[in-house]
Amino acid sequence: MAEKIDKKKDLKITPGEAVGVMAAHSLGEPGTQMTMRTFHLPGVVEIVPTGLPRMIEIVDAKKIPKKPIVTIYLDKKHSKDEKKVKEVARSIEEVLLNEVASFVENFSKKQIFIRLKKDALDQMKLDMSEVKKRIQEEISKDVDMKHQRDKVLISGKKMPLRMLRKLTNKLKALHVSGVKGISKAVVTQDKDGEWLIMAGGWNLEDVLARAEVDPKRCYTNNIMHVYDLFGVEAARNAIVKELESVMSTQKADVDIRHIRLLADAMTADGEIVSVGRHGLSGRKPSVLARAAFEETVKHIINAAIHGEEDKLAGVTENILIGQPVPLGSGLVKLTMKAPKK
Amino acid sequence: MAVPNKNGVLEKYVKKVKFTLFSPEMIRKMSVVKLVVPDTYNDDGYPIDGGFADTRMGVIDPGLRCKTCGGSVRTCPGHFGAIELIRPVIHPEFAPMIYMFMRSTCRNCRRVLMSKEDADGLVDELMTKDELTAVILSKVKKVKKCPFCETEQTELKFEKPTAFYEGEKMLLPTEIRDQLAKISDDDLRLLNFDPEYSRPEWAVLTALIVPPVSVRPSITLETGERSEDDLTHKLVDIMRINQRLEANINAGAPQLIIEDLWELLQYHITTYFNNESSNIPPARHRSGRPLKTLAQRLKGKEGRFRYNLSGKRVNFSARTVVSPDGALSINQVGVPEYVANELTVPIHVTDWNLNECKEAVKSLEHPKAVYAVTPDGKRRKITDANREEILTELAFGWTIERQLKDGDVVLFNRYPSLHRMSIMSHAIKILPGKTFRVAPSVTTPYNADFDGDEMNIHVPQREEARAEAEMLMMVQDQIISPRHGHAIIGPTEDHISGSFILCKDETEFSAEETADLLTLSGIYEMPKPDCKGGRYSGRLIFSQVLPDDLTANVKSKIGKSGASSGMVEIKNGKLVKGYLEKRSLNSIIEIIVSQYGAERAKRFIDTLTRIAAYVITVKGFSVSLQNYTPSKEMQKKIDEMADKADREVNAYIMQYNNRTLERDPGKTLRETLEDKSMDALGNIREDLSKTLESDLGLDNTAIVIAKIGARGSLLNVTQMSGVISQQVVREKRLHRGYRKRVLSHFKPGDLSAKAHGYITSNFMRGLNPIEYIFQSMSARESIVNTAIRTARSGYMQRRFINALQDLSVHDDMTVRDASGKLIQTVYGGDGKDPMKLRKVGEELATPVAVPERE
Repeated sequence: MAEKIDKKKDLKITPGEAVGVMAAHSLGEPGTQMTMRTFHLPGVVEIVPTGLPRMIEIVDAKKIPKKPIVTIYLDKKHSKDEKKVKEVARSIEEVLLNEVASFVENFSKKQIFIRLKKDALDQMKLDMSEVKKRIQEEISKDVDMKHQRDKVLISGKKMPLRMLRKLTNKLKALHVSGVKGISKAVVTQDKDGEWLIMAGGWNLEDVLARAEVDPKRCYTNNIMHVYDLFGVEAARNAIVKELESVMSTQKADVDIRHIRLLADAMTADGEIVSVGRHGLSGRKPSVLARAAFEETVKHIINAAIHGEEDKLAGVTENILIGQPVPLGSGLVKLTMKAPKK
Repeated sequence: MAVPNKNGVLEKYVKKVKFTLFSPEMIRKMSVVKLVVPDTYNDDGYPIDGGFADTRMGVIDPGLRCKTCGGSVRTCPGHFGAIELIRPVIHPEFAPMIYMFMRSTCRNCRRVLMSKEDADGLVDELMTKDELTAVILSKVKKVKKCPFCETEQTELKFEKPTAFYEGEKMLLPTEIRDQLAKISDDDLRLLNFDPEYSRPEWAVLTALIVPPVSVRPSITLETGERSEDDLTHKLVDIMRINQRLEANINAGAPQLIIEDLWELLQYHITTYFNNESSNIPPARHRSGRPLKTLAQRLKGKEGRFRYNLSGKRVNFSARTVVSPDGALSINQVGVPEYVANELTVPIHVTDWNLNECKEAVKSLEHPKAVYAVTPDGKRRKITDANREEILTELAFGWTIERQLKDGDVVLFNRYPSLHRMSIMSHAIKILPGKTFRVAPSVTTPYNADFDGDEMNIHVPQREEARAEAEMLMMVQDQIISPRHGHAIIGPTEDHISGSFILCKDETEFSAEETADLLTLSGIYEMPKPDCKGGRYSGRLIFSQVLPDDLTANVKSKIGKSGASSGMVEIKNGKLVKGYLEKRSLNSIIEIIVSQYGAERAKRFIDTLTRIAAYVITVKGFSVSLQNYTPSKEMQKKIDEMADKADREVNAYIMQYNNRTLERDPGKTLRETLEDKSMDALGNIREDLSKTLESDLGLDNTAIVIAKIGARGSLLNVTQMSGVISQQVVREKRLHRGYRKRVLSHFKPGDLSAKAHGYITSNFMRGLNPIEYIFQSMSARESIVNTAIRTARSGYMQRRFINALQDLSVHDDMTVRDASGKLIQTVYGGDGKDPMKLRKVGEELATPVAVPERE
């Protein structure tokens, strides 16, 4: 029988190991098996994409994900009580003027007539004069505004008709209350029984400004927004977290180290860089590597113009010209002279 | 290129490659011939001097000699020629650069429109050179008046691909060239150009470089007719127009005609470089096919870069269909005789293997030497005529090329190669037949099956390659996947069933059977019988395969009397209790790899596989229609459950119609109904599979194979014996088809389950026509999705690999890219190898320790 190997054997990675290729394989190979299926987050109204589409979205470093979601935890005073949480959820949802008022345009008189819906306002616990003030702020000075109880009349005598319609649309989208960009807030319970809010949108910045919110535990799946708010390190963690959740919902078992490596490569420059021609691959110092990936002619022409040099430090470059690759056993420079005879 | 010396050692490497523009002087200097004839071969089929097949540029016809280097087709690398352009022409690919220079320099004095002080003020240490240039260019764009000569700047227009206008006036290439020549070297450096290597006026061509014939070989058709390469056609066009232009100029033709010809010359040169430039019609072949010119040769998947340089064609490889052979080790591959006869391995003759080599040269059959290479590199085919002579000469320094024989290591590969386990080394075993034979256990990493899959082998040709193949790439070293640290090679299908049978209390073998079993697996010691009547238990036999002193407890999906989870207990190399299934077998393999090494794990897999296959043949194990036929009571239950879901949905529809259905937040009433129905119909499938599982039980082989992970799933059983249940398109019940109904068999607006894709039949009973259509709708969607997904994930994989391929762990455990840029200070946060972490019970996945700062 073979001898038992020491249990405490070296678990360290071997220097020279092509960890990048390893990570790329490990992350890419399950892609073929992933389902295109979108996925219902418990309690969330929006259908959030997972699997391959979401993964592509993450590595593309998209500005806004297809379905942005914010997860909002409240402080201990609120989070135990479903009613209080629901109250906060209601107040966080963005309300537009359109939802609490009806509009009538009169083009011959160049007037917009707005009637505020009292019951809707009451339901949202909004003050009518406050709303009127918001309207006043929104319109420019050369437009007239008169109001009486729930009626508001706006007349822009000097306005061309097109501008009038534009103004109506602008007023319809007027932010009345709540947090900008937050919609469809739903209250759910996490596995510890704590109440929390999940909502569409990603405006964490304004959400965190709320007093009831526990700022340490709020989260959004919009990685770019995390970057803007908290910086690269947070963004790196967000990438890791998002990729991990894609992998686990697809039941694809991938070692965390591969995910970390990808996230670190994407954020090594201090900003989020996408994987692909406009990002990591397009920034390589090697002309040949860039030319072999995409946009071949462009890269060669620009290299000639600037007299660029290819130091042949990477993998593709060396494969192109037929040399060993500087990874793993290809790094070893030891040679032996054949004995003379 | 790295050229091995005669000992096969790489001594010379390419250190760097520089890209520059050619100056006209350079073009003239490097050209070996000035081309003047717009033709290739004369009527005798001989190259015309000064034509595009001039033998000074190299030869492609066998028998001819290159007039420059004296080489033949094989040895002459080809030499460049040149065409003197009678009027300068703009290089289309550099036109944007020309535009940039023309616009950012003064129209009069040709200095960059920015004073030295301003430019110095912009310098920021944090900016790269490219960024600085971009800033300068954006500033310069807005300058209206030259800060040096105070000339008002006129508007400049650039029309793709090569036209420039100053106001209304079109600029001639001669003017542009003269203007560009005025730009000073210092100004060029300011814009991040190196005047030594690239002067802007070189982008206006006065001499055209002509690639050697070997780059654009002509082909001879069977009729004896010559067919020229697309590039040659284009070059002939250029030369013709060039000569016509010259003749017209010399004859003093009107300016209009000269300009027309000049423009035509420009067109031909533009399409010569890139036949897909925007705004101009592509040059076409007589047949109407667009010509493939320089840019097209390089670009894209079938271009030079991706087709010929990133991927290379190789010798010493073979491809054929794969089929299974349970007797092979995972480390082996069965190679058919006709393949082994064709492929060879070079063997360097040394003092130690001289006799072996002589044997090989002498031999007239199978592992014989086919070629002998002399110390000065001459290859000789071994024939009856020269065999004796070679035998006497054979000594240290020679190399023979011997046919493959048993034990030679080859690389074995299946496309698509999605991970590194898609190419592994196997020791060959020559077998009769025409297919490659593999052990069924290694199908998983290759993702192969035997329905006609083909695979490739590659024979390593150098000692280094062979050493790497044997020491790094053997199958046994890939048992653990680097993706998750778990076993990816292990028993499959029947092996799992066989192992499961061994664990059953009632499994016993006679002495004869036991002896058969063990010898088959290379075990020649009989254990002591442990059952009544001198019989042997299944567990005892399984224990023979285990390492003698292995002690382990692993989780199993099967517990005592069919419980859904249990433990497998192994003590001192004896299987004490528990039922083996896929997961526990894989866990045992992982433990063996980490405690006893890959070699032992390989042996475990090989022997277990053979024993399990034998057990399953002796004891018998199969599924039949009976396994899928539910009992009468069961059938009743199934029908009831299927009905229940239907009724549940009907209840929701009632509530919906009465407006008593409570609306979910954020959804419309209709959406709520759909979601509730989907939930109800989805739940039945799970309930049903549970019921079926308990009803059919562990005595039913169909359930057994699903539970132990040998083949199939409970869902498969449910759909065959229970109900197929809800069909889905775009994550919703079926809705598309006729207005307000899926098929004309339903009333419009019918919301019931059965009208929207709920199938109550099963595959045993068969589907009715309506159900059949429902099923096809959802099947079609999933086929389309699969097609789209493979394309999308393939591209994602390519991007991943391209972005990350240069990253490697350095000696200090940092991860860096090719340029040395730091990606991670410690690989993975803890410097651990995912492959070496056995994550049974997660005890090794320790949290990341942040190193203290010093």
